[in-house]
Amino acid sequence: MKAMGKVFKYGSNVDTDVIIPARYLNTSDVKELASHCMEDIDAEFVHKVKDGDIIVADKNFGCGSSREHAPLAIKGAGISCVIATTFARIFYRNAINIGLPILECPEAVEKISAGDEIEIDFDNGVIRNKTKNEAYQAQPFPAFIKEIIAADGLVKYVAKS
Amino acid sequence: MGMTMTQKILAAHAGLDKVEAGQLITVNLDLVLGNDVTTPVALKEFDKMGVTEVFDKSKVAIVPDHFTPNKDIKSAEQCKLIREFAYDKDIENYFEIGEMGIEHGLIPEKGLVVPGDVVIGADSHTCTYGALGAFSTGIGSTDMAAGMATGKGWFKVPGALKFVLTGKPKEWVSGKDVILHIIGMIGVDGALYKSMEFVGEGLQHLSMDDRFSIANMAIEAGGKNGIFPVDDKTLEYVKEHATKPYKLYEADEDAVYDGVYEVDLSQLEPTVAFPHLPDNVRKISEVGDVKIDQVVIGSCTNGRIEDLRVAAKLLKDKKVAKGLRVIIFPVTQKVYLQAMQEGLLETFIKAGAVVSTPTCGPCLGGHMGILAKGERALATTNRNFVGRMGHPESEVYLASPAVAAASALTGKITNPRDIE
Repeated sequence: MKAMGKVFKYGSNVDTDVIIPARYLNTSDVKELASHCMEDIDAEFVHKVKDGDIIVADKNFGCGSSREHAPLAIKGAGISCVIATTFARIFYRNAINIGLPILECPEAVEKISAGDEIEIDFDNGVIRNKTKNEAYQAQPFPAFIKEIIAADGLVKYVAKS
Repeated sequence: MGMTMTQKILAAHAGLDKVEAGQLITVNLDLVLGNDVTTPVALKEFDKMGVTEVFDKSKVAIVPDHFTPNKDIKSAEQCKLIREFAYDKDIENYFEIGEMGIEHGLIPEKGLVVPGDVVIGADSHTCTYGALGAFSTGIGSTDMAAGMATGKGWFKVPGALKFVLTGKPKEWVSGKDVILHIIGMIGVDGALYKSMEFVGEGLQHLSMDDRFSIANMAIEAGGKNGIFPVDDKTLEYVKEHATKPYKLYEADEDAVYDGVYEVDLSQLEPTVAFPHLPDNVRKISEVGDVKIDQVVIGSCTNGRIEDLRVAAKLLKDKKVAKGLRVIIFPVTQKVYLQAMQEGLLETFIKAGAVVSTPTCGPCLGGHMGILAKGERALATTNRNFVGRMGHPESEVYLASPAVAAASALTGKITNPRDIE
């Protein structure tokens, strides 16, 4: 499985309240959630984002609330992967559970700039920066999480087992 | 090598003699919780799992508390969805608004969590119940759905940070100040993926309400859970509220911790978190001149009876500052009634505050106290992120009920010690 797209870059502690503000949580419609994704810190995001694009952020991405609406909004906006130095733990679980690929890779976060063209190979965790002609190695998923991903998310994993 | 308190609870629920940090395990759940924001998403996933019943009707709790009483048509539709599910599946612990409260006040009050339990909740502040010596942690809607379907959850066994509390807090210093101080010390990701275990002789000076506040905000340091050893105060609370059996676990003497911090409670001052992160803390003496437009006292962090009592003590026979909006919301119907019987509500209303029904409303910018552009609130809630309580250019300062009540009287952030 591969992902390819342009990078939107953010700093540390991007919280779930800015990913999808609570004032929009009176719905679970993914399209509607996606239309407000990131708007409190980057009003341009939803207008610029294209299918396949990638979010790169620093530490503790997705901190705060347990709202699964946050990874749903990001996925619904067309983002194919989030790369961060670290993720807040509930966001990490939620992303895996709904099938939004995420990778921890401090080197990639340090070297990738906003707008770079990135290609990710999830099989080996290699992140290729086509703009800068560099490659970075991300942490592979633990085997158990690979099983959930292979089953296409927790729901099918549970249904299967 | 010994186990931490959290590891022991997880091992027992996984049917294992021993677990260690990093190990992936599947555990049996004692309670699965959701609210009106997270449950609708969980129900979609539950349907896809191909099951027709929940694993145990007595071990699922659904509490519509975020946008209730329904703030708009969409919220009403979401609540209708979960209400119908609860009735259809005979969920024993579904609480309609007249009998409800903010979930993390209500669940312990109803005796649904006891020491030694493993609880997951589709709300990040589920970590509150660690005050009772249980392992409880926030998860998302899909995990809630899987938990309701199977009664099991998967976890990576966490390492732990140990906080050794010593000394006796000074007057006007509460559990909220303790946890704000700790978050300021280790940062908003200081406990990422880890347990926070609170121990030490200082615990004897912390009431259950203090401990609920502390455990509640473990998530604000990135913690997987916060947990307290069980003592006489815990057992008294359990005896008063619960009937189900409990089990006591203690950390091993030789348990391994990723970090040990000593906190001398006698040295703490009332503490305030400035925008826009809970770790951006200052002692009250270093706050300076910060004028505010709104004070909010309540929430799953600080809406319990002791919180209301301390606020009432400061507001008694006084008036809130002219032009300031003061909103007080008790955490549950029971606390609301108790506050009424003790005369606290009368004190609040005479002082010029409004008293709301229990709801998460203002804390997360849902309803009942939204901020306009450029406005500032001082709140006893748990998060001060950008736009948390309203407009993205508004600000939230976090503090204890004592600081909030003192500030309500002056219109700027104020040390309760300075109120005569």
